[in-house]
Amino acid sequence: MSGSRDLLHLAWIIPALPLFGAAFLLLFGKRIGEPVSGWIATALMALAFVWSCVMLMALLDLPMEMRASVLNTNALWSWMPAGALHVDMGTFADPLSITWALLVTGVGTLIHLYSIGYMHGDERYSRFFAYLNLFAASMLILVLGSNFLVTFLGWEGVGLCSYLLISFWFERNSAAVAGKKAFVTNRVGDVGFLLAMFLIFASYGTLNYSAVGPGAHAVSSGTATAIALLLLLAACGKSAQIPLHLWLPDAMEGPTPVSALIHAATMVTAGVFVLCRAHPFLDVSDAGTVVAWVGGITALLAGTVAILQPDIKRALAYSTVSQLGYMFLAVGIHAYAAAVFMVLCHAFYKGCLFLGSGSVIHGNHDVQDMRVMGGFKKYMPYTAFAMVVAWLAIAGVPPLSGFFSKDEIISQAFLRDEYALWVVAILAAAFTAVYMTRLIFLTFYGNERFRVADGPNGAAAGHEALPVISGGSDDDIAVLDHAADAGEVDPDSDPSPTVAYGDPVPEPNGHPPHEAPGLMVLPVMVLAFLAAVAGILNLPFSSMEWLNKFLEPSFRGVPDVKPDSFAQGFGLEMLTFAIAACGIFFAYKLYKKGLEHADRDPLDVKLGGLAHVFGNAYYYDHGISKLVGGPGRAVASWLDRVVDTKVIDGAVNGVGGFFKLLSRGVQEIQDGHVRRYAMGIAIGTVGILLYVVLWIGR
Amino acid sequence: MPVLATTIDAGWYLVLASLIFTIGAAGLLTRRNVLVMFMCVELMLNAVNLTFVTFARELNDIRGQVIVFFILAVAAAEVAVGLAIIVAIFRRRRGATADDLDLLKDPTA
Repeated sequence: MSGSRDLLHLAWIIPALPLFGAAFLLLFGKRIGEPVSGWIATALMALAFVWSCVMLMALLDLPMEMRASVLNTNALWSWMPAGALHVDMGTFADPLSITWALLVTGVGTLIHLYSIGYMHGDERYSRFFAYLNLFAASMLILVLGSNFLVTFLGWEGVGLCSYLLISFWFERNSAAVAGKKAFVTNRVGDVGFLLAMFLIFASYGTLNYSAVGPGAHAVSSGTATAIALLLLLAACGKSAQIPLHLWLPDAMEGPTPVSALIHAATMVTAGVFVLCRAHPFLDVSDAGTVVAWVGGITALLAGTVAILQPDIKRALAYSTVSQLGYMFLAVGIHAYAAAVFMVLCHAFYKGCLFLGSGSVIHGNHDVQDMRVMGGFKKYMPYTAFAMVVAWLAIAGVPPLSGFFSKDEIISQAFLRDEYALWVVAILAAAFTAVYMTRLIFLTFYGNERFRVADGPNGAAAGHEALPVISGGSDDDIAVLDHAADAGEVDPDSDPSPTVAYGDPVPEPNGHPPHEAPGLMVLPVMVLAFLAAVAGILNLPFSSMEWLNKFLEPSFRGVPDVKPDSFAQGFGLEMLTFAIAACGIFFAYKLYKKGLEHADRDPLDVKLGGLAHVFGNAYYYDHGISKLVGGPGRAVASWLDRVVDTKVIDGAVNGVGGFFKLLSRGVQEIQDGHVRRYAMGIAIGTVGILLYVVLWIGR
Repeated sequence: MPVLATTIDAGWYLVLASLIFTIGAAGLLTRRNVLVMFMCVELMLNAVNLTFVTFARELNDIRGQVIVFFILAVAAAEVAVGLAIIVAIFRRRRGATADDLDLLKDPTA
């Protein structure tokens, strides 16, 4: 027993392995080259996964009440002993952190494996794996940290890696801009994290989870509300929730494995993790309502945007935002275990979908526009099979994982008497079914729109053989500051592959796609399998809620709400499924034959004027760009012109000038002649000696 | 002490040391050649070394000798750097004296 605890104190090995890999590959990666550096990174992730499993065993060996005990904390060294603030660098292994560690290392290993194939031939191959490993290490530090500051270290680390990996192909202007946008938007959220930490330290005198957790009841509910809301702001930034969601769709500029690992499976769930970790603050305050509504609104609005995106990755990105909204909703109504369950299942099916879409793009000669896809099932059967499984999972078809995880959240909303949220969640589920069905049918079924010689079909009629240029379109939302960038970079030189709503349909490339190599198919298949069966982690039968039971020690004191009867629970889930099935059927009817005209989406036609609002994401991004680019830029340049040069520089130069004036006389002595200095020293020495001998020595 | 008939009185050592020191200091202040000035500094350092050793013997205290070791080591390092600087200066401007090297003054003064 104490042996298991000693073992748990070795949790630091989990982040240490990929961290070592990152350092090693950054130093020697270029010499090692392809593909060995990829295999090294993957092997280290696999080792970290094995070690996470060992940690899980050690945790299960402890009795229930000891699993989230303070004793599981291991302070490696004293990080910041600064007066009253004493912060240790340490790990805290409890069911919550180990669950996340398993997720990060498990899905991470698969995505590393996939990247070996996907990044084949890239000139910065080994650096990519160094960044991936660094990301994994940061994420593991984030979840395993023993206090808020260590978590914040990981939090900033994943932000940095996200930036580095979004703009990995930085030669392309749109990628560089998207990276900047993600970084800056995340900074807005980080302000919330920092302020929350200040408040926590001011209230408790420590940042340790073990001390903060049980003591949350000791602070006034006002303070707890403030802390919870500030953490919500931070979580909104990291997890792309309204109003800070706008960076995630643009993050699709990065390589697809990055989209899968960071921007779907792991990093974006960090916000959910922090809110779960800080659940005592939510439990004693009413901030949960805000969290739930942010999540609910995000889930619904992002779902409406996703249904019209022509770009396969962009549609998945909005889908991720929407699914993350569900997790926030669950956290907000205090159904934390349901949120964690959703995080796990979402990682599986969204990871599978993203990797699958990567294979599609890879096989389809780097074209991401679904309007010129169709019928791919024939050419890439394995990828198609995996993605169909993941589609059914995310849409909530029983008995796949999405049915259990999402319906659990929706049912909980009903059972906890949040009827308005329940309706919102059900609506969002319908949209989920619609956009996912549309994506699958546009890609894998229907007419083959990648063929050129279709004559009357005329997919490209009226359009020149233009590459898709996101930078040139009115609806471009990747570029925050059009005006500044337009002059510097010629957007035609290296067009972005991503397509925004309203962009012209590209010329079909004419070649059928090819199936991805085995190395890429394998992880997709494994994830599809997990997406199918992950539901058994937490079946809604009282004896089989394994995940709920496992997580219970981490969420002690949180009331567990169960349906009154089996019939009620069953009825709720069937109702949700029925609505999802309607969504699937609706989209199936629309898209089963593909697109008759590549530039005319039947849903677009059906929605009429609303389509523009949905497709352009409610013009939110556009508005922010206008606001920041217009008045925001004016304010900034005024500050630069007036405040910076006159006030701040004036003060600094004034101080300098004042002392310069004072020293005008003494200045003459400093004439640069060494011998005169030596003479000065000599005279001074003699003078002091004389003083000592004549006055003191007397 | 059968080998040495007489031991030299410590005072003589100190007198010698002060003489050497004075020569060094005077040279440093009067000469313009950078290399000579550098040698003068070495003279002064060694005069101090001599003083330390003398007192170490006189007071039977090993610490004086230890300090001499430190001074020797530091002086060696200083010679390496100082000579390198002087060589660099001579390469740049032939026959420069210390008085020409006044770049460190405030140019506006």
